[in-house]
Amino acid sequence: MAGPQHHRDPAARRAPGVRAEALERVFREEAGRLTAALVRSLGDWDLAEELVQDALVAALEHWPRDGIPDNPGAWLMTTARRKGIDRLRREAGYREKLALLQEEPMPTAATHQDERLELIFACCHPALPRESQIALTLRSVLGLTTAEIARAFVTPEATIAQRLVRAKRKIADAGIPMRVPTALELPDRLAEILGVLYLMFNEGYVGSASPERRDLAEDARWLAQLIVQLMPDEPEAVGLLALMTLQLARAAARFSADGRLVLLQDQDRSRWDSRAIREAIGLVERAGQMRRPGPYQLQAAIAACHAEARTWNETDWTQIFMLYEGLARMTGSSVVRLNRAIALSHVGGPARALAEVDEMADELDRYHLYHATRAALLRELGHADDARESDRRALALTENPAERALLMERIGE
Amino acid sequence: MKYMLMFISDDSNWDPSKPETQEAYKRVGEWFGEHTQSGKITGGEELKGTNTATTVRQRNGKITVTDGPFTEAKEAIGGYALVDVKDLDEAIAMAKAWPVLSTIEIRPLVEHPE
Repeated sequence: MAGPQHHRDPAARRAPGVRAEALERVFREEAGRLTAALVRSLGDWDLAEELVQDALVAALEHWPRDGIPDNPGAWLMTTARRKGIDRLRREAGYREKLALLQEEPMPTAATHQDERLELIFACCHPALPRESQIALTLRSVLGLTTAEIARAFVTPEATIAQRLVRAKRKIADAGIPMRVPTALELPDRLAEILGVLYLMFNEGYVGSASPERRDLAEDARWLAQLIVQLMPDEPEAVGLLALMTLQLARAAARFSADGRLVLLQDQDRSRWDSRAIREAIGLVERAGQMRRPGPYQLQAAIAACHAEARTWNETDWTQIFMLYEGLARMTGSSVVRLNRAIALSHVGGPARALAEVDEMADELDRYHLYHATRAALLRELGHADDARESDRRALALTENPAERALLMERIGE
Repeated sequence: MKYMLMFISDDSNWDPSKPETQEAYKRVGEWFGEHTQSGKITGGEELKGTNTATTVRQRNGKITVTDGPFTEAKEAIGGYALVDVKDLDEAIAMAKAWPVLSTIEIRPLVEHPE
């Protein structure tokens, strides 16, 4: 990386109290705008990010003492520029960029437009590997430090740093642009972004409630909200936001007090966030009105069906089965067909469902939930020994501690 | 930025006497025509089949000359286009519009100072 590494004190960002949360909110809102504006005017991704980090560090020093300024974006931009000028004066060979920073018209917070969308399209460019897309989005759009990203992925900091360096080098060397793609390219490129966000979300959501790890699920939802705000007429973006909102609305009930995974059917539904559920159902409807269905909208509709049922027994399985049917036709995914079979077991009985599941043996033999699903169906049909055998196969295929605990309980070990 | 688009395919079925091949040539001609006219293409050629390839290897101070392409792979570079466009997205759009079923590798050119 060009120039020295900078770390904000993570303890300061995680400090308890309203002030830390307020800071968090402002950083999230401003980091991407600032990065986009600086990348645009300097043409140097590395330098832009360094300056953003410098400005955020300065904000952490000043704001808790002096209060958050009225226009935090302007404060950060002014600080980033001043830091940049200081930094460039100290380094040789940066004359041209120094001129760029001192020259007008340089974006000031008041005049620079929101270029975060362009920034996200660059970060999630299909010419970058998926893991770099995620790291770069977290770094550039949300302003996370390398250390924070490393903690979120339980990956060594050096690995993340290297990913970021390679990604930025590829952007510069291969000429990856920072712009919204043409109408022709837009559907594929937007799908790429949504894919990145969903993966980020799942990393946080499945990664469970470890307090050491940053909540990537919440970050991903925030980004999805940003995409919806910037591209309000894209129903799949709205669908993804609805899906994330619904899953997070039920998150509190997913783990018991002692950290064990609680399955949907056993969850205390009074702990679900009913306001968030209503909001998400509104989003599902809004997306539906655009009349361009897609996989995220269907998944959100399925999640909404579950969220709307007051009890497990009131679940509308017929509706869920039909939605999975549509999703299976749309995606051809075998995991979706597995879920459709689970819905079928509620509509048409476990024997028919098991017959369908058995047809997927070849494709899904390495997928732990395939075996766990078979086990549940076999148990329902009274084949306890076969069920236990399938649960053992599932156990051998997952490393997730919460899932392992649940399976071991079932096997009786 | 300047890029090379390398058109990679399995040339074992490539038979210039077949009508499909002639049709493909026509569409490739149109692709080159369109993008040359808009000033995006600065060069490009089609290569003869891999059965005409000769490989010269310099290794440990020894030079060997052998028949055939440099890898055993079924697919090989069958042609290239040199393009000068705004950015990678424009190069990708050109590659997506390439009219013959192929794999296309896009590589930026190193631009040496004069």
